Amino acid sequence: MAHGPAKGIGRWLFTTNHKDIGTLYLWFSFTMFLLGGFFAMVIRAELFQPGMQIIRPEFFNQMTTMHGLVMVFGAIMPAFVGLANWMIPLQIGAPDMALPRMNNLSFWILPFAFAILSSTLFMEGGAPNFGWTFYAPLSTTYAPPSVNYFIFAIHIMGASSIMGSINIIATVLNLRAPGMTMMKMPLFVWTWLITAFLLIAVMPVLAGAVTMMLMDINFGTSFFNAAGGGDPVLFQHVFWFFGHPEVYIIILPAFGVISAIIPTFSRKPLFGYSSMVYATAAIAFLSFIVWAHHMFTVGMPLTGELYFMYATMLIAVPTGVKVFNWVATMFKGAMSFETPMLFAIAFVILFTIGGFTGLMLAIAPSDIQYHDTYFVVAHFHYVMVAGAVFSGTGAVYYWLPKWCGKMYNETMGKLQFWIAFIGFNITFFPQHFLGLAGMPRRYADYALQFADWNMVSSIGAFMYGAAQLLFLYNVIATIVAGKPVTEPKTWEGAEGLEWTVPTPAPYHTFSTPPEVK
Amino acid sequence: MLAKAEQLFVRMLAPLLLLPLAANSMAEGGMWSEVINMTPGVTEVSRQIYDLHMIIFWISVVIGVLVFGVMFYSMIAHRKSKGYKAANFHESTTVEIAWTVIPALILIVMAIPATTALINLYDTDDAELDIKVTGYQWKWQYEYLGEDVAFMSELATPESEIYNQGEKGEFYLQEVNEPLVIPVDTKVRFLITAKDVIHSWWMTDFGVKKDAIPGFINETWAKVDKTGIYRGACTELCGQGHAFMPVVVRVVEKAEYQEWIGNKKAEAAAMRELTEKVFTKDELMAKGEEAYNRSCAACHQTNGEGIPGVFPAMKGGVITTGELAGHLDIVVNGKPGTAMQAFGAQLSEVDIAAIITYERNAWGNDMGDVVQPIDVLKFKQGQ
Repeated sequence: MAHGPAKGIGRWLFTTNHKDIGTLYLWFSFTMFLLGGFFAMVIRAELFQPGMQIIRPEFFNQMTTMHGLVMVFGAIMPAFVGLANWMIPLQIGAPDMALPRMNNLSFWILPFAFAILSSTLFMEGGAPNFGWTFYAPLSTTYAPPSVNYFIFAIHIMGASSIMGSINIIATVLNLRAPGMTMMKMPLFVWTWLITAFLLIAVMPVLAGAVTMMLMDINFGTSFFNAAGGGDPVLFQHVFWFFGHPEVYIIILPAFGVISAIIPTFSRKPLFGYSSMVYATAAIAFLSFIVWAHHMFTVGMPLTGELYFMYATMLIAVPTGVKVFNWVATMFKGAMSFETPMLFAIAFVILFTIGGFTGLMLAIAPSDIQYHDTYFVVAHFHYVMVAGAVFSGTGAVYYWLPKWCGKMYNETMGKLQFWIAFIGFNITFFPQHFLGLAGMPRRYADYALQFADWNMVSSIGAFMYGAAQLLFLYNVIATIVAGKPVTEPKTWEGAEGLEWTVPTPAPYHTFSTPPEVK
Repeated sequence: MLAKAEQLFVRMLAPLLLLPLAANSMAEGGMWSEVINMTPGVTEVSRQIYDLHMIIFWISVVIGVLVFGVMFYSMIAHRKSKGYKAANFHESTTVEIAWTVIPALILIVMAIPATTALINLYDTDDAELDIKVTGYQWKWQYEYLGEDVAFMSELATPESEIYNQGEKGEFYLQEVNEPLVIPVDTKVRFLITAKDVIHSWWMTDFGVKKDAIPGFINETWAKVDKTGIYRGACTELCGQGHAFMPVVVRVVEKAEYQEWIGNKKAEAAAMRELTEKVFTKDELMAKGEEAYNRSCAACHQTNGEGIPGVFPAMKGGVITTGELAGHLDIVVNGKPGTAMQAFGAQLSEVDIAAIITYERNAWGNDMGDVVQPIDVLKFKQGQ
C-alpha cells in the first residue's frame, strides 16, 4: 500500500504530501527569517550610535519596511502553516490534507511573491519605504515606483494564505478520525481552525486596501487622496481591520504549540481545556472590533476613542485565562526542562510582559504618549518574537525527532535557548525605556540622550541574530548526524495521535483511520 | 547540566523582572537612569497621563509577581528530578470563574480614571489662543490665527553633525531655526494638519500628540504651567526626513509673549515691503545660497547634483537652465506625485526669488538672469 517519495527535485516541485509541503514551508520561512533578520541587523548597526554611519535615511526606511513585511508575511506566517501541514493530519488521524494539490499551489506561489518583493531592493527609486503598515498617501502619491511590485506580491501572499486556510478548515472539519470529536482535538488544531477563519475573513480586506492603492497610483482614483475628495484615514481603518486580526493570526497557533509543550513536560493534562477553546474563540471575535486602538492619535471623536479603549481592555480577560491555565498546568506537575519546555516557559513569561504593555497601550490617554514610540516596538516584539518565534522554535525542537527520527543535541539546544533568551531581552527590554523617554519609532537617527540604550539594544540584537545561526546549525546537525530514535513516543509525558505513529513518521500515515476513544 | 540550566534560568529572570523597579529608584542618577520612564510633564493632561501610566504599571507588576511567583515556585518545587509525582487535576470551575471575573473588575476600576482623563484631553473649548500647525516634508509651519504671523520651523542641526564630520551639539536633532512661542498659563488650541503626507505633532511634556493629516484639521490643546524650552518630535513616518523635523516650543511669560508677537507682526510688515524692493544680483545670490541650503539642499544637495534616480540635479538641470516661467512654476507649485513640494505657500517671495536666481547662476549654470520678489508675486497672482 505504501509508496515512498519520488526521486530528485520533482519530489519537491510536484509533491502533494502534507509532510513534504510542511517541510517546504518550514525551510522557506527559515530562509525568510534569516533575510528579515539581516535587515534587522542593518537597522541595529545604523542605530548603534547617533549620526548616520552606514546607510542613508532613505535606505533606512526601506530596511524597516522590508524587515516588517518579510518577518510577518514571509517568516512567521509560513512557519505556522508549515507546522499545521505537518501536524494537523497527524494530530487528528487524517491521511493527508483534504486538498493536497491546492496545498502544493499555496506553497509554490510564495517564493515568487517574495522574489518579487525582494527584487524591489534593486530597482530604481528603491524598495518600499513607507513602513510595513504602508499608510497612504506616503505609500501612494509619494511612493517609489516599486510600490506596484509590492502590491502584486501582497496579492500573491494573500491568495496563498486563503488557499492554506481553506485547506486547513476542510481538513479539520472532514478528515478527523472516528471518535475525534471537536472537543477532543488538540489545542494546536483548535487554534489553527480559528486562525484559518480569521485569515479568510481579513486577507480579502488587505487585498482591497492594496487594490485601492493600485487604483490611486495608476488609474487616477482618489480613495486615499484628500485633494481628490478621498480620505487618508480610511486607509488606516481598512488596514487595521486586517492588521489587528493579523496579529492574532500570528499568535493563536503559537498558543496551540505552547498548549502542547507545557503539558508534555509537566506530565500533567492541560488545565482548563474547554476554557482554552472558548478563550481562543473570544480573542478571535474581539480581534474584529478593536482595530482603531492603533489609531488613537488620528483624531477620532471622543465616543469612538472610548469605545475602542473599552473593547481593547476586554482582550486582557481571555488572554489572562490562557496564561493562568498554562501556569495551572505546570502547578503540581512533574516538570523537566528540555529545550522545547525552556522555550515554552520563556514564551509564557515574555508574552505576558508583552500582554502587560499591551494593556498599558490600550489605555487611550496613556497611548497618546506611547503611540509610535519605541515602547510600541518593544511591545510588539515581546509578543511577536518572544511569542510567535519562541513558540515556533520550541515546536521545531519538540517535533523534530518525530519528523526525522533523530534526536537533537540537548546541550546545543539549551545553549541556543539561552543565547536567544538573553539576547532578546537585551535587545528589546531597553526599548521600553527609550520609548517612554521619548524616542519615536522608525527613526534613522536620534538625539544624544538615547545613545546608551540604543547601543545596548544593538549589542543584544547581534547576540539574538547569532542564536539563529546556531539554531540553523542545530537543525542541520540533527538531521545529518543526530542520534537515531525509534520509539513512537519521543517524550515521556507526550499525549496525542502524532505519538502513536512510528518514528520517524513514515511518508504516509493513518491510511486506515485510528480509533479514538 | 539540567539543574544548572534551571538555576541559571531563575537567576537571569529575577533581575529582569526587577529591572524597571531598580530603574525607577535611581531616577536621580546619570544618563542611563534618566532615560527610563515617562516624565510627568508640564500640563494637567500630561500629569493625568503620567499617573494613569504609573497606576497601570504597578497593577501589572503586582499581577506579574503573583503569576510568575506561582510559576517559579512550581518550577522549583514540582520537578521530576526531585522525584515529584504529577497530580492529575485539569479543571476547576471556581478557580476559572475567579480568574475571569477578577481581571474584569480590575479593568473596570482602571477604565474610570482613563475615561476622565480622556474627556479632559478632548476638551478644546474656551481656548485663548489658536495656532495652526501644518506638517510638511520635513518641517513644521506655525500660524498664529488672527495675528497675521506665520513661520516655518525646521531642523537647525547642520548636516556635518549628522554625517559625523563635526562634534554633535547638546541638542543634536532637537533644535530648530525658530521655535514655536506660546504664553504660560494660557489655554492654547492647536489646529493640526499637513500639506503632503501624514505627520504627527508630539510635544512630550505637554501630553500632546496628534496626527497631522492632509485634508483634515485635528484639534488638541495645552495649558502649560511652567516657562522653558520643550522638545518633541514627529511621530508618524513621513519619508526620509522623518527623524529630522523636531518640534521645539518656547513657553514664555505672558508679557514677553506680547512683546514677541508685536515684533513678529512688525517683521511681517517689513517683509511685505521687501517684496517691493529691487535687489542686486549679488544680494540675491547671497540670500539664495542661504535659502537654498536651508530648503532645497536636503534633496538636491548642496553641490546641486541631486541624487541620481531619486532627486534631479540642479547643476545643468533641464529646468534650472530652461525657461524662467517653468522654473517659477515648479518652485511655486511643486510637482504633484513627487517629493517636490509647492514652496509658494512655504517661502516668502524674497526667498523664492533668491533661490531661483541662485539656482540659475550657481554651479556653472550661468543663465545670467535675475528674478525679483515682485516677479514672483506677479507670477503667483497671475495664476
